[in-house]
Amino acid sequence: MSETSTTPPMTAIGISAAPARRDIGLGRRYAAERRFRLYGMAAIGFGLLFLFLLLFSVVSKGYTAFQQSMITIPVEFSEQVLDRNNERAANPQKLMTANYPIIARDALARQLGVTEGDRATLREISGMISDSVRAQLRDIVVADPSVIGTTRDVTFLAHGNLDSAFKGQIDLSVDEKNRKVSDRQVGWMNQLAESGVLAKHFNTGLFTNGASSRPEAAGVGVALIGSLYMMLIVLVLSLPIGVAASIYLEEFAPKNRLTDLIEVNINNLAAVPSIVYGLLGLAVFINFAGLPRSAAIVGGLVLTLMTLPTIIIATRAALKAVPPSIRSAALGLGASKMQTVFHHVLPLAMPGILTGTIIGLAHALGETAPLLLIGMVAFVADVPGTPLDPATALPVQIYMWANEAERAFVERTSGAIIVLLIFLILMNVGAILLRRRFERRW
Amino acid sequence: MSMSLLLLIVAAIGVAGYLAGSWRARGLAGGKLSNLHSRPGYYGSFVAICAMIPALLLLLAWSIASPIYIQSTIRAGFPESVKMQPEATQNLSYNMISAIARGLPRMTQEERRALAEDGASARTLLAAKGVPLASEPEPYMVQSAQDLDRATVASSLWRAVLVIAAAAAGAFLSFRLIAPRLRARNRVEGVMLGGLVAASSIAILTTVGIVASMLTEAAHFFNSVPAWEFFFGTVWDPRFAAAGATGSSGQFGLVPLLAGTLYIGFVAMLVAVPVGLFAAVYMSEYASRGFRSVVKPLLEVLAGIPTIVYGFFAMATVGPFLRDISAQISGLATGNYASFIQAQSVLTAGFVMGIMLIPYVSSLSDDIITAVPRALRDGSLGLGATRSETIKKVVLPAALPGIVGALLMTASRAIGETMIVVLAAGVAARMQLNPFEPMTTVTVKIVNQLTGDLEFTSPQTLVAFALGITLFVITLCLNIYALYIVRKYREQYE
Repeated sequence: MSETSTTPPMTAIGISAAPARRDIGLGRRYAAERRFRLYGMAAIGFGLLFLFLLLFSVVSKGYTAFQQSMITIPVEFSEQVLDRNNERAANPQKLMTANYPIIARDALARQLGVTEGDRATLREISGMISDSVRAQLRDIVVADPSVIGTTRDVTFLAHGNLDSAFKGQIDLSVDEKNRKVSDRQVGWMNQLAESGVLAKHFNTGLFTNGASSRPEAAGVGVALIGSLYMMLIVLVLSLPIGVAASIYLEEFAPKNRLTDLIEVNINNLAAVPSIVYGLLGLAVFINFAGLPRSAAIVGGLVLTLMTLPTIIIATRAALKAVPPSIRSAALGLGASKMQTVFHHVLPLAMPGILTGTIIGLAHALGETAPLLLIGMVAFVADVPGTPLDPATALPVQIYMWANEAERAFVERTSGAIIVLLIFLILMNVGAILLRRRFERRW
Repeated sequence: MSMSLLLLIVAAIGVAGYLAGSWRARGLAGGKLSNLHSRPGYYGSFVAICAMIPALLLLLAWSIASPIYIQSTIRAGFPESVKMQPEATQNLSYNMISAIARGLPRMTQEERRALAEDGASARTLLAAKGVPLASEPEPYMVQSAQDLDRATVASSLWRAVLVIAAAAAGAFLSFRLIAPRLRARNRVEGVMLGGLVAASSIAILTTVGIVASMLTEAAHFFNSVPAWEFFFGTVWDPRFAAAGATGSSGQFGLVPLLAGTLYIGFVAMLVAVPVGLFAAVYMSEYASRGFRSVVKPLLEVLAGIPTIVYGFFAMATVGPFLRDISAQISGLATGNYASFIQAQSVLTAGFVMGIMLIPYVSSLSDDIITAVPRALRDGSLGLGATRSETIKKVVLPAALPGIVGALLMTASRAIGETMIVVLAAGVAARMQLNPFEPMTTVTVKIVNQLTGDLEFTSPQTLVAFALGITLFVITLCLNIYALYIVRKYREQYE
């Protein structure tokens, strides 16, 4: 009895059996740890998911914009239609106002084998051809009036609705009345596609055309030129001014209240909403200085002011990174302070400065809000010859197309966004490569 | 003489001065450059600077002063009957005169004479030269236009003569000054330093320009609409700017716009803050180097995407998706497939803006969390805390002031954001609490009031500047307060 009563305490205190563990909530705490980690992962996943969704939705909507349906058919430049009374020699205006869409329609009808049709049929046929065919055929005839009376192959744009249908973007199961293409047109479309008359080509017009109310003829050409002008102005103004300002602040400025004020100022300017710069541009450059509205030069100036703080901050960081020993060595050899900075410090800081500048330019390229206020929301169909002519910019063109209701413009909008993103990617990759290639570690 | 040709001539004189100055310095050195105070190039630059800078300053002053002077003399020559008219009418008359004057140089002598004798055909005559006029000009206008044309031609001639003379004189005088003892380098460097100072004062000038331009335009606005009606008005209904009529002003209440701005900003912060903070914590405390080096740049891509792209994403993808899914939900719940979320809504705009703000929150907080000293973490871990406990109880409290600063900066970005709300928030200025309905913001209304035809006299246009200065002050206060907090915090560990 005594043996059995004494043994359990022995084992409990001493050698083999584990003590009953006190519950200090370790399992709960580890679970909390795992949950916390999971939240972090989920947050990153959420961000990346939406990055992916954003890019996917843009690309999936927009990649088709780089292709355009075209119709290639023999068109008879019928004298009967264009110049019935043969008065073009006397009156050159006649050729400008002739009814060109008719000959395109007739050519298409002949191709489709529709020999005689009522008005509704003919209207449906001309509904398959872009209105831009008028200008296209007119240019052919005006350039060479001898084509009248002959027949030659012409390639022209299909109408935006037919283009959407041909790319499979129109739901054909919807009732015929509620969609933009009729069943008959779809039938003709398939017929044309089989015979190779209707085909998709690379859409060069997207990069060369200006604004148009017809989606199939609209392009970002004018916007690209306008953006190019503005980027040049921003580069030419903000790089020297920004570098000069940073050199003064970093290398020469005495530490006093004024330079403190400038510093605080620059930091705040970097955080001012971009739309405020638009108001500044409108009040100062357009209303006060009398520069033209919608011109690339005003946009360039506004974006310059907006980009300056970014460039100044980047340049100061780059100058700060150059070790003081370089300066001491130059000064010790008798260089003046100015020579030290311009001959030694600045060249060493150049890669950092250029990287900052490219990133600032990329921001300026994507900026829309200030440009809306200075009137760049303009319908500009002609390529601007100088920065003083009315122009538009790539992001503004996107904004204008985003407000259009037609299905074909959604595709164009996404296509223009892809073009913009490609430019931004190129600039950022360039900045990264520049940094990799030239950056020095001291 | 045209401006660009004049600039070219001045530049040519500058280059010639540079070459001549350095050549003369070399000559004076007599083959031994150490006889000179500065290197020859500095003497050349000295001459070029003396030639170009006074000439360019003169050109600038002339270009600003001469149009003002000409306008005032022409206006002084107006007939008394015209001078009696109100200021705005006189401005219109002057604009017409300058339009006619623009057409004059394109005419031949006979056409000019015909114009002077017979004012009646002026409009058709000018239209043929590519100068459209709004109405038939009065006889005195043709006379004034000819005066204006003569004055402009004379002004441009004198400008050219004086500027070239100034450049030549500067070059000549400074060339005469060149001597071995001339401290050319110091003088050139003095000018360079002046240029650097001027460049850095542009930052100040920009701020002054923003404040001054918006204050003056807003002051015009407050002349026609009382300030308290603007700041405390609860109805936004600006009406259309009726041409000429100043009496037809609508109601300009800021409160509904501000409510929409803050509401949408709040929704955006609701998305961005938890996601951004957790991402920052994970990246700074848990993630391996490799993971971090891939994911951090990827998240920062979100910050590099232009806001117009987010706006389009919200309008074309997120909005319709929310609308359709809400229709499905209400259909399942009540059997009535009507969407309760509108395509343009506070939720759509706020959510997408939140996604845009994630990288701002995460990279700012990441820097701040990383700056918390290692020793604090080691102490906590050594006492047996798990990593998440260390983060929650030690790291985050230490980083809190900095994080609050970062969040304030992010909030100021949310308030000033434009393109997303323009495309996805709607234009109806209403005060309500349902996040599924559209609301509008200050920035949307600035854009709405300023796109289209502008008239710098109507309150409908000027209200945009009052809105702008409000926006500027709000974001400025947020940023200054954020900087203050961040600076104060930073000193703790240094």
